[in-house]
Amino acid sequence: MDSYFSILFTEVYKILFLLVPVLVSVAMIVWLDRRVWAFVQKRRGPNVVGPFGLFQSLADALKYIFKEIIIPASSNKLVFVLAPVVTMTLALISWAVIPFGEDFVLADINVGILYLFAVSSLGVYGIIMGGWASNSKYPFLGAIRSAAQMVSYEVSIGVIIINVLLCVGSLNLSDIVMAQQNLWFVIPLFPMFVIFFISALAETNRPPFDLPEAEAELVAGYQTEYSGMMYAMFWLGEYANILLMCAMGSVLFLGGWLSPIDIFPFNAIPGPFWLIFKILILFILFALVKATVPRYRYDQLMKLGWKIFLPFSLFYVVLTSSFLLYFDLLPGK
Amino acid sequence: MIAHSVFFYIFSLIAIVSAVMVTVSKNTVHSVFFLILDFISISCLFIMIGAEFLGMIMLIVYVGAVAVLFLFVVMMLNVAEQKGQWFSSRWDGGNHIPVGLLVSLIIFVELIIVIGGWKYKPDLLNSLSINISTEVTNTRSIGNVLYTDYIHLFQISGMILLVAMIGAIVLTYRERAGVKRQSYVKQISRERDEGVDLVEAERNKGVKIDA
Repeated sequence: MDSYFSILFTEVYKILFLLVPVLVSVAMIVWLDRRVWAFVQKRRGPNVVGPFGLFQSLADALKYIFKEIIIPASSNKLVFVLAPVVTMTLALISWAVIPFGEDFVLADINVGILYLFAVSSLGVYGIIMGGWASNSKYPFLGAIRSAAQMVSYEVSIGVIIINVLLCVGSLNLSDIVMAQQNLWFVIPLFPMFVIFFISALAETNRPPFDLPEAEAELVAGYQTEYSGMMYAMFWLGEYANILLMCAMGSVLFLGGWLSPIDIFPFNAIPGPFWLIFKILILFILFALVKATVPRYRYDQLMKLGWKIFLPFSLFYVVLTSSFLLYFDLLPGK
Repeated sequence: MIAHSVFFYIFSLIAIVSAVMVTVSKNTVHSVFFLILDFISISCLFIMIGAEFLGMIMLIVYVGAVAVLFLFVVMMLNVAEQKGQWFSSRWDGGNHIPVGLLVSLIIFVELIIVIGGWKYKPDLLNSLSINISTEVTNTRSIGNVLYTDYIHLFQISGMILLVAMIGAIVLTYRERAGVKRQSYVKQISRERDEGVDLVEAERNKGVKIDA
């Protein structure tokens, strides 16, 4: 029993060691997002609280904590309260399998990439639950849109993952990173990287695919009825998901914790820094896209997902596998 | 080991309770939520017996896609209208209860046959066609069996799914009149000559445009 508790405590310690930095970086990334957005549009952005406005997110969090939580009278109260909790939990549990370095991962499971994919496909429930339980028109429309959108783009993300797995021969995320020691997958699979990036934008409801919360049509979509800390949890969960998608992109295509070139000044820098650096680069790309591109129309979104991305990524699966077969490069022999 | 069995009982308890709640709860959307909870706890059980690939596929396929579509359909129904209608004590002349009883009877008999088979012929439990090795991950071992010994069954099930998909599209597709469609090629390949027409306008008469 004693050893059981000691295992429990070390695990809890490890989890806290992972989650606290993730939550802090989510707060920072919101600030970064707003700053990048502002720089593109020649505004200043949040620059008042703390140096360069770094503490803006903390001030916002404080504001959210002290705001009143309003639960609509005609809502389905239990589901209404559960929805942000589900979003937040699902956004955080997927960080367990992200490898930050060699042997520097909370849970090095065999089916890591499937776990990531499963958890990100569960993410839609927070949104559907919130939209349905609000019992109001705009949230419901937002939830329905979001469900259709996320299910559609998950399909192409799944096929893209198959492309990467064909080159690796393992579902373990550390193996995926180690398979990129000689060549990052972004080079041979560049079209897949582009499609993954766009699908990740759609999967996390980022502009130009932010139809579930299109303020011109649906007020704020599924989060219209939420206020205070519950709204903040949706918001944090959304940004944690965006960071997670960036992490997934860097593990799948940009070589995870590996340094770009294996020579002295670069490979002396520890792996976690490289991973964080790559996540940041991807995130800044996300922010630049948000600042520059107008919102898609709903039918265009569906057309892009089903008629362009899905056939193209399926075609690429055939291409990759025949290439690997022809040149006898298939892994795991 | 204690922790293992504790978790096993927790997950199976959640699975059974939520399976009961799927049928008992009056709100159909709640039923679907309980169904999702059921799927999740069953995939946890799969992971506990070491079949992590099955557990994850269960999550991705059933929870991530199928249950979302269930929710979609159920939310579209008008739940308020159905309240008190399906589970009312008065007999509404419908004949779904005998059908339900028949189906559950068949399932019950099947369960008895399966479990009875284990009881009377214990070597059925050991009648696995391949040896389970802990060396190979179960993703790889499923692939080894599925794409070699059972390739025909695998392809036939794929064909059945494809036929079902096409059938569903054919059944629900309606050609509607007056739908405006967008053609990117047409939009992009439009030249100035087609779009702009310079007209000499006469004074006090204006121009009549024949569209």
